[in-house]
Amino acid sequence: MNETISASRRDFLVKTAALTGGLALGVFDPALAGAGGTPAELTAWVLVQADDQVIIRVARSELGQGSFTGLAMLVAEELECDWSQVRAEYADVNEHVRRNRVFGSMSTGGSRGIRESQEYLRRAGAAAREMLLSAAATGWGVPVAECAAAGGQVFHRTSGRSARFGELAAAAAKLEVPKSPRLKEPAQWTLLGTSPARLDIADKTTGRQIYAADVRLPGMLHASIAQCPVFGGKLKAVDDSAARTLRGVRKVVQGEDWVAVVADNWWRANQAVKQLRITWDAGDNGAVSSESIREFLRTGLTEAKVPVARRDGDAAAALGGAAKVLEAEYYAPYVNHATMEPQTATALVTGDRVEVWVGTQNGETTIAAAAEAAAIPLEQVHVHKMHAGGAFGRRGPHQEFTKQAVWIAQSLPGTPVRLQWSREEDMQQGRYRPVALVRLRGGLDAQGNWVAWEVRQADHSVLALVRPTDIKNGIDPVAVRSFQDNPYAVPNFTNEYAMRNTHVPPGFWRAVAHTHNPVFRESFIDELAHAAGRDPYEFRRPLLAGKKDLGVLDAVAKAVGWGTPAPRGVHRGIAVVDSYGSFTAAAVEIAVTEGSVIEVRRVIVALDPGHIVHRDAVKAQIEGGVLWGLGSAMNEEITIKDGRVEQSNFSDYPLLRLAQAPGVIEAIIMPTGGFWGGVGEPPIGAVVPALCNALFAATGKRVRSLPLKNHGFRYA
Amino acid sequence: MATSLTVNGKAVTVDVEPEMPLLWVLRDELGLTGTKYGCGIAQCGACTVHLDGEATRSCVLPIGAVEGRSVTTIEGLSADGNHAVQKAWVALQVPQCGYCQSGMIMAAASLLKANPKPAKQDMDAALTNLCRCGTYARVRDAVRLAAGTN
Repeated sequence: MNETISASRRDFLVKTAALTGGLALGVFDPALAGAGGTPAELTAWVLVQADDQVIIRVARSELGQGSFTGLAMLVAEELECDWSQVRAEYADVNEHVRRNRVFGSMSTGGSRGIRESQEYLRRAGAAAREMLLSAAATGWGVPVAECAAAGGQVFHRTSGRSARFGELAAAAAKLEVPKSPRLKEPAQWTLLGTSPARLDIADKTTGRQIYAADVRLPGMLHASIAQCPVFGGKLKAVDDSAARTLRGVRKVVQGEDWVAVVADNWWRANQAVKQLRITWDAGDNGAVSSESIREFLRTGLTEAKVPVARRDGDAAAALGGAAKVLEAEYYAPYVNHATMEPQTATALVTGDRVEVWVGTQNGETTIAAAAEAAAIPLEQVHVHKMHAGGAFGRRGPHQEFTKQAVWIAQSLPGTPVRLQWSREEDMQQGRYRPVALVRLRGGLDAQGNWVAWEVRQADHSVLALVRPTDIKNGIDPVAVRSFQDNPYAVPNFTNEYAMRNTHVPPGFWRAVAHTHNPVFRESFIDELAHAAGRDPYEFRRPLLAGKKDLGVLDAVAKAVGWGTPAPRGVHRGIAVVDSYGSFTAAAVEIAVTEGSVIEVRRVIVALDPGHIVHRDAVKAQIEGGVLWGLGSAMNEEITIKDGRVEQSNFSDYPLLRLAQAPGVIEAIIMPTGGFWGGVGEPPIGAVVPALCNALFAATGKRVRSLPLKNHGFRYA
Repeated sequence: MATSLTVNGKAVTVDVEPEMPLLWVLRDELGLTGTKYGCGIAQCGACTVHLDGEATRSCVLPIGAVEGRSVTTIEGLSADGNHAVQKAWVALQVPQCGYCQSGMIMAAASLLKANPKPAKQDMDAALTNLCRCGTYARVRDAVRLAAGTN
């Protein structure tokens, strides 16, 4: 076979099929993928086909954390279907709007997916099971109490008769959905807590998984974009004469603060963007720098009176009477999500209908953004949710890429346009984990007991941008986490918070405030312990008495052999954090050579999330969380110069690589029951302070600002 | 200008600018979207394919330099996802978001072909692909599983 590829779509599909061995790309309608007849909807979450296939709808998003599987497991556990018959599919966002938000929250952030929806999903499964039982009992003319469901069938205990779910579904769907179905006790679970193969994994090993970046539609064009590098600036003028002459370029589209080029191939579009001669109006922020931001933060430390997030006892008086007072200032920079898939959205505008294909953390924010951009009602927008190529908070409240795709597509009615940001745009147009400058003061009495603690935070509020109504009395409740809600029984404690918002757009970055506040807190406690002449682990224990934090702290201490000598040349650090409803602790073992080269030998993380759904996915989140922490601690920093981000790609924003990953990551999964905590973010919090504390043990150097590379450290 | 090459065992000719990187020929001309764009400067490895059997970053490889050569993408690595590396990846449930994994798998397959029993240092040197989700621990274990050295 030898053929010339033309641009025509028909040809394109034929060639694609030839090259992929018949794999059909470009088919995205889940309904087309179904088989076995029209499925019967038992509850909004559960559909059963005549061929026994069970379709479980998922309202949250698969970002890599395994929710697509875990959320389906919650339903399946109660439904008593055969797990191998389950197919998960995204709940349709348009249907959600039309059915009065029948699927509840679609938001996938804050480690909320499982813990927030577990009860109504289990109820949905249980309700469907009871409907199937009723349908069978009625059909057989027997009391429902004599029937039981298991493995996708209903059995009549006394007669031994049985019926498959697929046979019962149509009759069951006609019944009223029970309001209070009976749920199993956790001890009765057979699926939850196990590790079935994740539903999304196989396709991610063959190239078959279609991400937003991979959407291909008939006649589709590709767009690349340049946005004003100074946040808040505007487009003043653009000379696109050179760009327009390039091969494949179809259109240049302008927005308030961006210019996009549409072409028949993304590389051509991006080459043309580079040929645009754009004049930006930087606005008021063209002179802002990392240094000026730091000075601005400092005003939050020096201001006489700022809002108080929590006050116990009288910290000022207790500090005055303390035998020993420690004061330290800690700092963390802006950091970027740097999802491996740059921000991407495809839009098709046809008449008064808009369709978008997005890897989103929240179908509702996506549909709202698309509707707002097109100025049409939500009901006229259709969102195709795609598994995201990483998200970490970037693809939730911030949907500017969705809006841009709609605006660009509006200029080409009837033509789908796939907007993909270049890596450079993705690096420089982020929604960054905020900078934070924090001053801590601690007081010890003559016996070395921790009696007073003052925390003054100066940082950039994410909520001020994304949910300003959640800010009360000048305090961003997310920004004060791990201080305001800290578990330590220190009698005199004050947590003050000075909001200092810059022009750099902030965002929720995996674990948010728990990526830096625990570093400050747990490093400072390490400082206090050393000042008191006490072991850092033993120093913490009595202050955590009766708290679940103590259980995980003890678990990692035991696992690492705390209190016994470390191997020669190896040094240990320990830390504990609770976040997103879960409890975690970390112990880290490192060796340091040449005073600055760090080899992370072993990281142990204990996690108590109450209950677990998919054990192996929890383990994977711990592994990923450890690397997220280690990588960010060493390398990650976004700096500002002339109002704009200085970094542009992985060359100057390096991520952790395989060679730097620790030899051993040990996950201690210890659910104690009785509550539901998150999993995606909690494993991160304790890792970095444990590393910093190990670094102090190894070098005597107390690192009080991140990243570590700025202090001359690097990983072996 | 037309360039002729072999993609996943099939001869194809594409009429594009010779400087267009192979990545974009694969993704936007041939519809093979398994190979990903991550950085465009050969830093992240999401675009890794086999060029005459060797792992190569396709985002900086001009199509003009591929004339007459043979390219294998993730879609062509095996008939049905049954390459030893792919099987190990599924067995150990390596991917999280999965976006980097096509490139990671192609790099691992190339490593194992050249070095069937790679030591840790060999993996460190050959598998320089970026994974933001943090699957490295499982990547190591899966390479060992595929190599039979686990």
